[in-house]
Amino acid sequence: MSDDAKTSLNRREFFSFLAVGWITFGAATAGFASLIFRFLYPNVVFEPAMDFLAGFPDDYPEGVDERWKNGFGVWIYKKDGRLVAMSNICTHLGCIPTWLPAESKFKCPCHGSGYYPNGINFEGPAPRPLERYKISLNPEGKIIVDKTKVFRYEKGEWNIDGAYIEV
Amino acid sequence: MIKEAINYLSSPLYSFTAFIVLFLLSLKRIDIVGTKKFGLGLLVFVLVVFGWMVTDPVFFSVISLPDNIPIIILNGLVFWSTWFALYKGHQNDLRIARGEQPIEGSPENREKVWAWPNLVYTELFCGILCTVFLIVWAIFFKAPLEEPANPTWAPNPAKAPWYFLGLQEMLVYFDPWMAGVVLPGLIVVGLIAIPFLDVNPKGNGYYTFKERKFAIASFLFGWLVLWIFLIQVGTFLRGPNWTFYGPFEYWDAHKVVAENNINLSEIMWIKLFNTSLPKNILVREIFGLIVVFGYLFGLLPLIMKKWGKNYIDRMGAVRYYIMIFLVLGMMSLPIKMYLRWFINLKYILAMPEFELNL
Repeated sequence: MSDDAKTSLNRREFFSFLAVGWITFGAATAGFASLIFRFLYPNVVFEPAMDFLAGFPDDYPEGVDERWKNGFGVWIYKKDGRLVAMSNICTHLGCIPTWLPAESKFKCPCHGSGYYPNGINFEGPAPRPLERYKISLNPEGKIIVDKTKVFRYEKGEWNIDGAYIEV
Repeated sequence: MIKEAINYLSSPLYSFTAFIVLFLLSLKRIDIVGTKKFGLGLLVFVLVVFGWMVTDPVFFSVISLPDNIPIIILNGLVFWSTWFALYKGHQNDLRIARGEQPIEGSPENREKVWAWPNLVYTELFCGILCTVFLIVWAIFFKAPLEEPANPTWAPNPAKAPWYFLGLQEMLVYFDPWMAGVVLPGLIVVGLIAIPFLDVNPKGNGYYTFKERKFAIASFLFGWLVLWIFLIQVGTFLRGPNWTFYGPFEYWDAHKVVAENNINLSEIMWIKLFNTSLPKNILVREIFGLIVVFGYLFGLLPLIMKKWGKNYIDRMGAVRYYIMIFLVLGMMSLPIKMYLRWFINLKYILAMPEFELNL
């Protein structure tokens, strides 16, 4: 009699076992998921700073300058008294275009998008011009490029304060 | 001289058109294509031409890249399996026309065997052979060790893995949202949907072409013309800056091709009406909206009138509309390609403000 009672569960016991099982399973899953989530954020990131000092405006010749492209991903472009910092990320699918001095254009190696030196797209599938980064002068007169703030042509942002500096 | 002509004719416009024409012709004349004589003749012809092309140093340098060798193999396999299916289908069509059973339905072929060991042994040997092949491959063609990754630099040309080169070629004509997400999504969903859309029991368990013309033709169009052919273009004919190069043309990174692309809104407002683009985005893109909606919905009555009745009766309205939508989605790619080649059209509907470009 007593043996029978031990080997079979009644309804209430069954549900408490079920609850314990599910809670354990849920906790284990959540713990594992949190580990994975933690793994997405590396302990050390080797990325260039999002803002950097880029020397004096007079250091740059007229036209496109490539000195910050490797490392910071920025082209400095000086024309008609304005100096801007251009993103080097193609607006089509995010490849890195090549500056072709002979043809005086940027050309993307992935799908053939082409941009004028000022960043306006004119060939290939690129839907909009290259983005520009916030640029300003520090008290010393050096250029600060801040890549956290982006100015987009199609939104009419290229003439906003901060999208360029007068030189 | 011949090489220059081939270089010229292999530009996307001519080669794509020629490929479509050849494709349609070969489906039309299945009585010629589906014979052993034709298959053998084509094989010999292709091998002779290929052998001649390989003697060219530029062509050889392109095809002998480790990444490109799989595509040579792929061409052979695709050629073989397509032709074989058409050949078998044609044989059965002849038998059915004579009033006989398809070959697969003949009594000696209906005999059943056990999956174990007949099938499992075959699979085991295929698995072993594939493994051996991959090991030999890995020994002979080493994966290149390149410099550390640099997020501010891209190789030129930057090519996707070979099986994605058709997709990359597609991206030349479309916005990444379309060619990278929507169209591949439609391909996957459409392929999954085929068994549910296709309620025609013909062709189950035996090869045939005549009984399944539309199904086979539309599948082969998407597969051969829009996928395999674009892989060829992306692999062998695209060089630095993703510029087009003929098969015998040296990959000169400074080759200049004029391709000033403009949006439909610019064609209409600036070229046709001689005014500047309207400020309001909906007014600016009104023509693009009309064209896109007209293509997706306006064509329906026309299609219905021509092919509707028969199909709706057979497969039901919902299946029919889904099928039409998938076909329209597939055809948007060649249409966009021709628009790009003929009128340098960049986007029919260009709303970069919302990242929406069609």
